[in-house]
Amino acid sequence: MTVTPLGIPRRLLEFTIDGEAARVPEGSTILDACRAAGKEIPTLCEGDTLAPKNACRVCVVEVEGARTLVPACSRRAEPGMEVRTGTERARHSRKIVLELLASSVDLSTTPRVAGWLKEYEAKPDRFGPDAARLEEEPRIDNELYVRDYGKCVLCYKCVDACGDQWQNTFAISVVGRGFDARIAVEHDGPLTESACVYCGNCIEVCPTGALSFKSEFDMRAAGTWDESAQSETTTVCAYCGVGCNLTLHVQDNEIVKVTSPHDNPVTHGNLCIKGRFGYQHVQNRG
Amino acid sequence: MDLRFGDSRPTDEERAAVDALLGPPESSWEGADRSDADLRWARGGRAARDRRDLLLPGLHAINDRVGWIGEGALDYLCRRLTVPPAEAYGVATFYAMFSVRPRPATLLHVCTDLACAAAGADGLCAGIESRLGLSSGVSVERSPCLGLCERAPAALAVKAGDPVRTAVSAPATVDDAVLAARAPDSAPQEPPAAWAVPQAGDPALTLLRRVGVVDPAGLDDYRANGGYTALRRAFELGPAGVIREVTDAGLVGRGGAAFPTGRKWQATASQPDHPHYVVCNADESEPGTFKDRVLMEGDPYALVEAMTIAAYATGAHRGYLYLRGEYPRAVRRMRHAVTQARARGLLGDDILGQGYAFDIEIRRGAGAYVCGEETALFNSIEGYRGEPRSKPPFPVEKGLFGKPTVENNVETLVNVVPILTMGAPAYAAIGTGGSTGPKLFCVSGSVHRPGVYELPFGATLGELLELAGVRGRLRAVLLGGAAGGFVRPDELDIPLTFEGTREAGTTLGSGVVMAFDDTVPLPRLLLRIAEFFRDESCGQCVPCRVGTVRQEEALHRIVDRTGAAAAEDVALLREVGRAMRDASICGLGQTAWNAVESAIDRLGAYE
Ligand code: SF4
Ligand code: SF4
Ligand code: SF4
Ligand code: FES
Ligand code: FES
Repeated sequence: MTVTPLGIPRRLLEFTIDGEAARVPEGSTILDACRAAGKEIPTLCEGDTLAPKNACRVCVVEVEGARTLVPACSRRAEPGMEVRTGTERARHSRKIVLELLASSVDLSTTPRVAGWLKEYEAKPDRFGPDAARLEEEPRIDNELYVRDYGKCVLCYKCVDACGDQWQNTFAISVVGRGFDARIAVEHDGPLTESACVYCGNCIEVCPTGALSFKSEFDMRAAGTWDESAQSETTTVCAYCGVGCNLTLHVQDNEIVKVTSPHDNPVTHGNLCIKGRFGYQHVQNRG
Repeated sequence: MDLRFGDSRPTDEERAAVDALLGPPESSWEGADRSDADLRWARGGRAARDRRDLLLPGLHAINDRVGWIGEGALDYLCRRLTVPPAEAYGVATFYAMFSVRPRPATLLHVCTDLACAAAGADGLCAGIESRLGLSSGVSVERSPCLGLCERAPAALAVKAGDPVRTAVSAPATVDDAVLAARAPDSAPQEPPAAWAVPQAGDPALTLLRRVGVVDPAGLDDYRANGGYTALRRAFELGPAGVIREVTDAGLVGRGGAAFPTGRKWQATASQPDHPHYVVCNADESEPGTFKDRVLMEGDPYALVEAMTIAAYATGAHRGYLYLRGEYPRAVRRMRHAVTQARARGLLGDDILGQGYAFDIEIRRGAGAYVCGEETALFNSIEGYRGEPRSKPPFPVEKGLFGKPTVENNVETLVNVVPILTMGAPAYAAIGTGGSTGPKLFCVSGSVHRPGVYELPFGATLGELLELAGVRGRLRAVLLGGAAGGFVRPDELDIPLTFEGTREAGTTLGSGVVMAFDDTVPLPRLLLRIAEFFRDESCGQCVPCRVGTVRQEEALHRIVDRTGAAAAEDVALLREVGRAMRDASICGLGQTAWNAVESAIDRLGAYE
């Protein structure tokens, strides 16, 4: 159980979603309201612990009077707004966006995306065999985590998590522009020569598996990664007095990676290098 | 924030370039030699971080001096400004004018965009490359529109050093361009700005009245020609009176969005949050546009005066003029004008003895079309990547540095001067009911007299082209630039007004009128437009980042095809285009398919 701190009570505002009246607290996004109303809207760059960059555009909805579609994840609900979530126009854009993404990056480790591709009848192949793709070799330059930018959808979450939203280390940034834009450290060097402190908070928020534990990466390469055979145990980190929550992912009696519950009001899923990666001593069985 | 800087050291040259901008470092925290005091004294924090907006000028300083930005130089600049090196690297790699890899000190940008391509840019490039050879120390770069379309084909040479040297060659020949690159100082002078104004000297002109008439360096000359009467009138009217006048005149933004200027000013003026800022968008990079350059080169004080009026009306005491980096002469003229105005009490703490304080800072862009988008421009000034922000919140509420900001382009601002001197009713009498005042058009391509034309709103496209004199058999006209649309030669009676073009299913955009005769291969033209958008996408949102690539790929596939052989790709283009228009964050992605769509629908490009 987690304790959610109660804020100042907020006013409710009224608007409509797909013709039905909705009441949400002031400051809620359209996405919050849609979820509360039980509407499914796909999201990629939105994350529960970060302010979304609204860059992926898979969550677009139609708002009466707006010239373009609006991203549900970051547009705040306004009184009297008329939102339509499943119009042909919105579905068309989502479908194209999914096709564009799936045709340019490897989404094989992105949760839920296969279902959306099917639901929106996206056919990423129709851009032809020569369609430009981000085929990049995974960057393996340290023993803790791997950067596989061939899977990156450029959602900016890792940059925000490493930067001013959580970690304040600013080790990574978006570099270049347009289709050539990538996530990189300064001078595009190896991680080991950067400001990275290996907190792994960027891995925690990455929605595609572009950033992953070296352990997970190696096991996937060896074909031994099996999520269905894993158990998760949430416990308390024993390294220091902060007492962050750790979720140990265990397969075959080995810890294969460590995450942290996002709804913890103190850490919101963030850890430091020790909590995130310092588990080998537990399984040093000599 | 716990910053880590690499071990690479700047060269003396690089250090000097940064120090010339920021002053010498004060302590070892900033990269000076260590002194005893440093052991007990730490510098940084908010004071240093508040200078983040000097990042872009700092990158320019290094790039201007050395020709590219090395690791040591970047790290040193970051240390001085307490900017994380990863972020600064992200900024440096965003702009086309910067390089983080070594390159020759001299760059020759040869424009291969629409007007220049039609004027033989490809042959020019090949000629220059073969003449210069490989070991010339000059790197030849194919460039998007340089804003010199009236003198196409155009080339711009930039030779790094202290100071950096530039030379423009337009219309360029192989000889001239090579000379400009080898010896920028001895290259022939550019013709005066008035050459770009075929109507120059016509007393009926309003906006272009002074171009070619006054000395662009002379403040007294400007005043002798009516300069600063508008500002005096503004002080008589008071801020609210100025806004009323601008509103009554019916002025709307000339950048393409056509938003009522008075309403924007009012909304900014009434924001309780302070300070307020005025930003002039002079990052004109729309292919085919050069009017702001001509205004700044020919009548720079008018812009200084107009910005001062805008600031007074909206309660701003600081203004930024964000000027396109590829406009060296406009930068020089505007710098001179601002310095002169300051020296004579027309900028500074007590303007015209009225107790009103306002000053202008000039910022150079660094080669990114997307920075013309207002929120991207704010990010660029603040020292971040020039990525558009999502709106709302709108700039009038949270703009530059998160404060209420009024942002207008050069042409819009310059209109404020005649509005105040002639009064709102007289101004509103020009043009049509829905589009008031005079309008500038940039005419280029297959015409005898390309240049900036001023006509009252309501003149037809045919009348404008008649002035410029069409050359050859007209095949198509691109209206509104790359983000605009094509129209047919039988549509020349379209009235050049916002409502008239809208009714005709097209747009006035930024006022570009590019004529193409029937020798121009349309599919290649479209390919060039698609390539432009692919190059200029910031990369933030998926529909634009990938959509512009898929658009270009499809156009490549059908470049030599028509009819059924092109049908599938045309259908694909429509689907992708629709999503780009509907789901992109900013105007760049939203308009990236306009010109191609119009070529297909109106010109039957692939039939
Ligand atoms: S591990 Fe931590 S410090 Fe390193 S890049 Fe990721 S978020 Fe930044
Ligand atoms: S690496 Fe992951 S978190 Fe970072 S931008 Fe790419 S997809 Fe997003
Ligand atoms: S539309 Fe294009 S330029 Fe604009 S934010 Fe999106 S990616 Fe960037
Ligand atoms: S989830 Fe809303 S734009 Fe990505
Ligand atoms: S200067 Fe070459 S097209 Fe404009």
